[in-house]
Amino acid sequence: MALQTILQHLVNGISLGSLYALLAIGYTMVYGILRLINFAHGDIFMLGTYIAFYSMTAFFLPWWISFLIAIIVTCIFGIVLERAAYRPLRDSPRISVMISAIGASFLIENLAIVVFGGRPKAFPIPTIFSKILNIGGVSIVSVSIFIPIITAIALFILNYLVNNTKIGMAMRAVSKDYEAARLMGINVNNIISFTFGTGSILAAIGGVMWGLKYPQLIPLMGLMPGLKCFIAAVVGGIGNIRGAVLGGFILGLGEILIVAFSPTLSGYRDAFAFVLLIVILLVKPSGLLGQNTTEKV
Amino acid sequence: MKRKIALLLVFVLMFATFAAGCAVEKVDNEEKQESSNSQDSDVIKIGVFEPLTGPNAAGGALEKEGIELAKELYPEVLGKKIEVVYVDNKSDKVEAANAATKLIDQEKVSVIIGSWGSGFSISAGEVIKKSERKVPAIGTSCTNPLVTKNNDYYFRVAFVDPFQGKVMANYAYKEVGAKKVAFIIEKTNDYAVGLAKFFEDTYKELTGDENAVVYRAYYQTGDQDFTAQLGNIKESGAEAIFAPGNFTESALIMKQAKELGIELPILGGDTWETPEVIEIAGEAAEGVVFSTFFDVNAELTDTTTEFLEAYKAKYNKEPAAVTALAFDAYLLALDAIKRANSTDPEAIRDALEATKDFPGAAGVVNFDENGDAVKAAVIKTIKDGKFTYLTTVEPN
Repeated sequence: MALQTILQHLVNGISLGSLYALLAIGYTMVYGILRLINFAHGDIFMLGTYIAFYSMTAFFLPWWISFLIAIIVTCIFGIVLERAAYRPLRDSPRISVMISAIGASFLIENLAIVVFGGRPKAFPIPTIFSKILNIGGVSIVSVSIFIPIITAIALFILNYLVNNTKIGMAMRAVSKDYEAARLMGINVNNIISFTFGTGSILAAIGGVMWGLKYPQLIPLMGLMPGLKCFIAAVVGGIGNIRGAVLGGFILGLGEILIVAFSPTLSGYRDAFAFVLLIVILLVKPSGLLGQNTTEKV
Repeated sequence: MKRKIALLLVFVLMFATFAAGCAVEKVDNEEKQESSNSQDSDVIKIGVFEPLTGPNAAGGALEKEGIELAKELYPEVLGKKIEVVYVDNKSDKVEAANAATKLIDQEKVSVIIGSWGSGFSISAGEVIKKSERKVPAIGTSCTNPLVTKNNDYYFRVAFVDPFQGKVMANYAYKEVGAKKVAFIIEKTNDYAVGLAKFFEDTYKELTGDENAVVYRAYYQTGDQDFTAQLGNIKESGAEAIFAPGNFTESALIMKQAKELGIELPILGGDTWETPEVIEIAGEAAEGVVFSTFFDVNAELTDTTTEFLEAYKAKYNKEPAAVTALAFDAYLLALDAIKRANSTDPEAIRDALEATKDFPGAAGVVNFDENGDAVKAAVIKTIKDGKFTYLTTVEPN
């Protein structure tokens, strides 16, 4: 295999990995605070893509306004979802909330089939994202360069938010001890809404980027990426933001490289994620960057 | 912690299972009311099973258009009214078998038409072959050889994949001038795997080179990223790419090939003739070549003219190839009933088998020993965002 081909595969893997990372952060943030796997996260991601699509095609808005609208509307949707499906169950056993999450996911998917229709839609791509660059024999479409950059910016902002702001401190407090945080005068409900909003914003950014890279929209498009990013979050250490990014990259690069180096295995690329999950659970259940905490509850 | 995460894993797997099941299961729909149970002897019943809901609903809708149009033009045969009973196979193989049972035993139809998608036809074919009351079936656009193989009651108005594979292999070798090809195949689709095999057989013969297929890449239905496979194809030294598969995935392949700077001609099969290919792949779809059943510009029969005029008047758009095939299936059923001079399914079957030079909208139909139509294939390309006729390939 020539050097250029290997570089080409690495570039492809990094760009896919960045997308996974964006989504995995959303899972990890919600888990970190609520100890809840938000199964509807992949569907929020799907909604973000569709909102951007309809802003551009039905309302003829310029792409950057459409993307902004997608981010805002998806953020609101995430907050509403938390209020409707998770908040009423705040004091119920964790299993009820999880079932509610699965229910929410099915509801959104099937509503999307009814509202958007089952036939695939083509996501319009602004020319700035579809330029093809050739760097030393490695061909890169410009969106593949934007994706890692945007992921890095989002990560930087998020990192600042969590570690250097008051609301970030509150988030960390809620995630450490929910009851104690409440006793210290933190409005836990607001913090949780804020977390869902932030997670949904990342999902919307991921969704728009996904649409630009794979411009084929179907109502179930969030299903597989959602599961894989959940795995990425577990692999990196669920609840740990840096771990989620690491997990996303491992998954993205792994998938591309496994198909690249072993064509006969290419039908099993989805299996790679699940095998990875099993291996990590056997070897290091807390994830690569997770701390070995003792069970609280 | 371990136990907790193990529990979590169980949930993920359960969720994946439910979700996969949910993807197939879709809303039930309208068609039911059209099927009345009247056993009126003045009525001849023709049963139709098509994917009217689910992922293949687009294909089913196109074929239904053709049948409806044909019924409007020819609502009677032998002085009796024709009643068309539509049953939705929900884009699901099990439902397709149920649909066939319903048409045969409950609705007591005289002849069956369907379906878009070889898989549905194959599973319905088992029911048709084994049920006590034998009813002949006419396949529309199902192209896999297994639909009619070893089944005396299944005929079809479309050509089969071995022919289609041969046509495209010939095109790649003679027109494109490619000495080496690479495959990218939808592994989970019988149609795509079969087509690739038939292409390969002919192509090896033409080139006289056992290693003419330099690279084989696979993907699964629903995959969205093909950059790894295409990256290797780029390096493989292939001069053309053959990519049989579903239209949505194929459109993404075209797009990603262009993004990776692959300038090779991309060839495919009849599934590509849907507007989504052009919408999703955009500029990258320019120049791809595929074989299909029919084109408005191909010189075919008098029925073609009649079909085109009636279709334009009713729907005011260009018809798809599968619509013409469904139109033909209905006309052929009528023709067989007329020749049999009976509504008895056995007599109709015999009449179908004896079909000779039936002039359909999508070409003249003659059956070979399997009950497959031996007819010309049309090769098309995409040019300026439109499907464009290239040439017609006669069977030999």
